[in-house]
Amino acid sequence: MSERPNSKPETGAFFGRDRAWHAPAFTPGYKTSVLRAPQRALLSLDGTISETTGPVFGHSMIGELDNDLILNYARPGESAIGERIIVHGRVLDERAKPVAGALVEFWQANAGGRYRHKKETYLAAIDPNFGGCGRAITDEEGRYHFRTVRPGAYPWPNGVNDWRPAHIHFSIFGHGFAQRLITQMYFEGDPMIWKCPIVGTIPDKAAIEQLIAPLDWGNTIPMDSRAYKFDIVLRGRRSTMFENRLEGN
Amino acid sequence: MQQLGYLKETPSQTAGPYVHIGLTPNFCDITGVYDSDLGAEMVNDKTLGERITVTGRIFDGAGALVRDAVVEIWQADSAGLYNSPSEMRGAADPNFTGWGRCPTRAEDGVYSFETVKPGSVPFKDGRKQAPHITFWIVARGINIGLHTRMYFPEEAEANANDPLLLRIEHRERVATMIASRDGATCHFDIHLQGPKETVFLDI
Repeated sequence: MSERPNSKPETGAFFGRDRAWHAPAFTPGYKTSVLRAPQRALLSLDGTISETTGPVFGHSMIGELDNDLILNYARPGESAIGERIIVHGRVLDERAKPVAGALVEFWQANAGGRYRHKKETYLAAIDPNFGGCGRAITDEEGRYHFRTVRPGAYPWPNGVNDWRPAHIHFSIFGHGFAQRLITQMYFEGDPMIWKCPIVGTIPDKAAIEQLIAPLDWGNTIPMDSRAYKFDIVLRGRRSTMFENRLEGN
Repeated sequence: MQQLGYLKETPSQTAGPYVHIGLTPNFCDITGVYDSDLGAEMVNDKTLGERITVTGRIFDGAGALVRDAVVEIWQADSAGLYNSPSEMRGAADPNFTGWGRCPTRAEDGVYSFETVKPGSVPFKDGRKQAPHITFWIVARGINIGLHTRMYFPEEAEANANDPLLLRIEHRERVATMIASRDGATCHFDIHLQGPKETVFLDI
């Protein structure tokens, strides 16, 4: 954990979360949510220092291959099998300000849709050179990037014939614990997106579109890797114009 | 009329059943990528304050253990300071991260943190908040991470005056945010749904 260079920390509370934009907790089309959704209303709390602060991670914790899923689990001289892609983008807040020093973690299945996890029993093969995890910390302009193989779709026991679209899971830390976010990135043009009960937990089509990364032809490396651009927006925070001014002060 | 020009927050999605691959790869036998799982160690030999273990389980609405969750906690140090660049009141204990991450174990659904008891921190209006630890829970079936807080049973007077606990309308629910304590071990079970449902926060 370390200070971010050249930036004055902000201390304001975060914009309230628009919970009509996010999925509700209870979404019976996604069956596991039925017994894991709180039934009582959430207790609202405008940001205290317990929520406006959060851990910040130093660039020094990132290893050389942490953002290269093609190589970070591969045996020497070998590499993961699949369509080689670069995923890059910026982490911004709702004010469109870059979030510098944000830790971005990502995980995914291999090119055949198989996760490296002991609970996973899908018959598609494990790739001996693919682990499926990576991480990066955003630069001063909020940029991150990583290299991987495009994950495959995979079936899951929800409906009789439900398949997840190709997706990469993302976990993001902003500057305050109230910004903590986990989400999933989908790929432009994938017809599976609109059949998926997990995607369908999100009520607003415009919100779903925010999770679909376009093919970024300009950043595609000829004879090597195609590129997808995925920007992430975290909650904005209020300026501290009149914060914490007690009556009479 | 002018446009406000704000962006919309990226919508949350479930962390899914294989969240461990990304957040705690060593825990699920993906070794050699990271030296250790992030958030596994919050304290070291020099950390100031009273050492405690915070442990518990998570239950679904049928009373079944949630064995595939990941729990993160965030808390002040023993002096009530956060190890964060946004902490303006002073420098927190450099030997305490304030943040931890732990999966619930597949066998028994238990999570566990070795940490210190946090000091009191002020509410926005200057009142004292009782010592507390902020929790964030993600899992398969949870569409957006659930926030709650854990308070300490030996802090009865501070808890009775805590600005957040005072806002809980149904007073019998206050108990869902207070751990039980056995020596240095705080037990804090979380119930996602049903009669014993934990109070969750929109923070």
